[in-house]
Amino acid sequence: MSNLTHSTAADLAAKIHAGEVSSVEVTQAHLDRIAAIDSTVHAFLHVDTEGALAAARAVDEDVAAGRPVASPLAGVPLALKDVFATKDIPTTCGSRILENWVPPYDATVTRRLREAGVVVLGKTNMDEFAMGSSTENSAFGVTRNPWDLDRVPGGSGGGSSASLAAFEAPLAIGTDTGGSIRQPASVTGTVGVKPTYGGVSRYGLVAFSSSLDQGGPCARTVLDAALLHEVIAGHDPFDSTSIDAPVPPVVAAAREGAAGDLRGVRVGVVREFTGEWYQSGVLGAFERSVEVLRELGAEVVEVSCPNFDYALPAYYLIAPSEASSNLARFDAMRYGLRVGDERGNSAEQVMALTREAGFGEEVKRRIMVGTYALSSGYYDAYYGQAQKVRTLISRDFERAFGEVDVLVSPTTPTTAFRIGERVDDPVAMYRADLCTIPANMSGTPAMSVPAGLSEEDGLPVGLQIMAPALQEQRMYKVAAAYEVARDKAAGGALINRVPELEVAR
Amino acid sequence: MSLSTADLLDYDEVLERFDPVLGLEVHVELSTNTKMFCGCPTAFGAEPNTQVCPVCLGLPGALPVVNGKAVESAIRIGLALGCEIAPWCRFARKNYFYPDMPKNFQTSQYDEPIAFNGSLSLELADGTVVEVGIERAHMEEDTGKSLHVGGATGRIHGAEHSLLDYNRAGVPLIEIVTKPITGTGARAPEVARAYVTALRDLLRALDVSDVRMDQGSLRCDANVSLMPRGATEFGTRTETKNVNSLRSVERAVRHEMSRQGAVLVAGGEIMQETRHFDESTGTTSAGRRKETSEDYRYFPEPDLVPMAPSADWVEQLRTTLPELPWERRKRVQTDWQLSDLELRDLVNAGALDLVAATVDAGAAPDAARAWWVNYLSQEANSRGVELAELPISPSQVARVAALVAEGELTNKLAREVVDGVLAGEGEPDAVVESRGLAVVSDDTALYAAIDDALAAQPDVAEKIRGGKVQAAGAIVGAVMKATKGQADAKRVRELVLERCAG
Repeated sequence: MSNLTHSTAADLAAKIHAGEVSSVEVTQAHLDRIAAIDSTVHAFLHVDTEGALAAARAVDEDVAAGRPVASPLAGVPLALKDVFATKDIPTTCGSRILENWVPPYDATVTRRLREAGVVVLGKTNMDEFAMGSSTENSAFGVTRNPWDLDRVPGGSGGGSSASLAAFEAPLAIGTDTGGSIRQPASVTGTVGVKPTYGGVSRYGLVAFSSSLDQGGPCARTVLDAALLHEVIAGHDPFDSTSIDAPVPPVVAAAREGAAGDLRGVRVGVVREFTGEWYQSGVLGAFERSVEVLRELGAEVVEVSCPNFDYALPAYYLIAPSEASSNLARFDAMRYGLRVGDERGNSAEQVMALTREAGFGEEVKRRIMVGTYALSSGYYDAYYGQAQKVRTLISRDFERAFGEVDVLVSPTTPTTAFRIGERVDDPVAMYRADLCTIPANMSGTPAMSVPAGLSEEDGLPVGLQIMAPALQEQRMYKVAAAYEVARDKAAGGALINRVPELEVAR
Repeated sequence: MSLSTADLLDYDEVLERFDPVLGLEVHVELSTNTKMFCGCPTAFGAEPNTQVCPVCLGLPGALPVVNGKAVESAIRIGLALGCEIAPWCRFARKNYFYPDMPKNFQTSQYDEPIAFNGSLSLELADGTVVEVGIERAHMEEDTGKSLHVGGATGRIHGAEHSLLDYNRAGVPLIEIVTKPITGTGARAPEVARAYVTALRDLLRALDVSDVRMDQGSLRCDANVSLMPRGATEFGTRTETKNVNSLRSVERAVRHEMSRQGAVLVAGGEIMQETRHFDESTGTTSAGRRKETSEDYRYFPEPDLVPMAPSADWVEQLRTTLPELPWERRKRVQTDWQLSDLELRDLVNAGALDLVAATVDAGAAPDAARAWWVNYLSQEANSRGVELAELPISPSQVARVAALVAEGELTNKLAREVVDGVLAGEGEPDAVVESRGLAVVSDDTALYAAIDDALAAQPDVAEKIRGGKVQAAGAIVGAVMKATKGQADAKRVRELVLERCAG
């Protein structure tokens, strides 16, 4: 076990900037770790060894020359979800249709990471086009959960969450359309944040559902997530839906929260997030975490958000509808896979053959559902109605945030399930996002923080904390306070209890 | 598909039995420097695929940002057409697959156009005024261009392969849609042409587009249907595309009326379909027939935020509207003291801009008008080109007019000078010089010619001396002949009388 791979990003940054360790050493340690264990975990789709070391060297040169470093995270390695465009590095979205596609441009998130001196190690595995909750829908193989290699690391960002839990990277970037950052964080005992919609630029993020997609930070500690949040967030003129407002002071909030005082903070427990689909060990861990918040001085009340019950069905109309349109561009004409390009085949036939061969089952299912939901004669009953539900969910949030500062719930109803367990039951798979979808529907921020292990299977459980739009500092403060208290009570960080992985020969 | 005349109904018979209904959709490419949703240039004629970026190529992850200048142009067009401007509207996605459309959806506007409910009044050749209702004007992006190689018709069916140029993809378009145009009867083709002409003039005055039909910066789709005379329920319509000139608009409508008439009279049904106009034959032919009506699965574009042009901004844009064509015509009529007929001739000849420019260059309005509407129009007709395409500029015409006004040229000589300019012989003064066309104003030279003529016709000379002034005409004629017309006849006459009095 290497100190460098098991450190927090904040500690690594401090040591690199102080010249105690070089970014190249830190980066090499992570590359070595990836080389040793990723054949087991399969968190990465592409590892950019040369690019990572070059970026690390540039930071080391700044430090050696006494120049100010580019950001508080300069020199720290990161794993980037393979849904962000990276110039000169393949970007596949876990799909056969984009296999070997190398973008000619950087996403805004990619650019900000590079400009901040963050070292991009490579691109992480994901459910194809971010559609899924287990990373089993990747065209390039499953990713395994470091807590139990027979289980999924969540999804769609299972590669990012697994890379953190496997100590292959101290930081990662995910995207969250219905829970794809928070649910993987929950089942891998890591921290994942979905910022306010519009808080992080979507430019260069390959769209699944444009009105729901949001990039965000993933880390092993709340402070690390906050540091990364401030690097990637902020207005971007290339994304019309980007919010032109200051980034909430999340780093300060995380530091403040670490003092462990939540007096004056009103916490609402969402009454609707319980019932038959919830594992008892998850509910048990959640109840203990609420107790911890109370002990930290928070005032805890129960609130009702009745329309959250309709979030899941409404989501499965809106997201596929937008996806059916967003994914239309993958037609073999300009880039990506091309099948059937031979004499006698029309352009239309090439498009159809390519899409048939290039998309996986879940993607096709959603394209068909979405196409149907947008069809004339059905639009009002499906897409239109779902948008109304969305408004009702937003109103539930507004009403609740009139009473409390943050809302809390389990992040996901169960712990990590077994690989293959839900692949034939899409609806069971969809239920993994029961608690996370409402925040996507309303565009409000939410995060998952490790909340201990479930009694019956010893697997990680996540506590979801939700805040009003652009009030991320509230949830970071609560999360940081909870993290400190929980780690103290448990005698150490939850992540340190992940089993040591066998190093591949 | 070949088309025999048997497939067409005699035009008069069409009108005996049916009333035509028109609907015109005009796509206008805005002359903004950059595209609708990205910073790529919009210049026409660049090397294929050199004016593209991740956004207009629809690369994965790229996002649109609205071109504010295009919105401004859209609002100004809406205002000039007397439309209401939506205080809140959105873009929508129009979903369909086509290789020249990078995202396989077109970012357009659907049920929330930026401008709606306006009108445009047109004047036909005989002065009849027709008011055409405007349903809407909305913003959208253009597609790329496909070049189908190997097929007989340049269309995708039967082509060997296709080449794609995305330079045009994302160029801002305004689509202007009329309300159904009814009650035009036999004049439907003329109305269609007059509408596109009036719209073109309006857009040119607004300086928002090149409005070049030949380059595709103004494109017209003509919807035509027939209903039995006196009926109120419209017939099934066809939409004719690829109508690339004003003349084609007229021909396409007329042809489609005759074609539909023949189908209906034979007891057939009109298929709702897209048809293509063939410039060379003046006929339309069916595009691929669709089994079901197209379902574009419109929904609000989630990558763009709604637009809410403030009332203040709209009013401020209203103040930037230039003098509009009909206002200008009214002013010109007053300034140049034209009769209704003279104005109509001027407008119908398409000479208004040219005459105005000629007047601006110093010519008298009457002279400028005479040159363009009479002499040069004939020239353009015989060459088969637009008036403005003649190789002579308003300032050159103004120079010729000035030479006439100064007495340097007679009208006859002036026409020769203009012919010289048209023949590429250079500026008017150079033509005068090289062709030796200046009026012979040297009195000494004229005296010699007069004396010769008087000597040659002593009897006439005698008559003049005897007071028969009208007899001078014969001598003037002889002098003009001797000077090859380059003398000023009036001056010659004066000199003849002076000589005979002396």
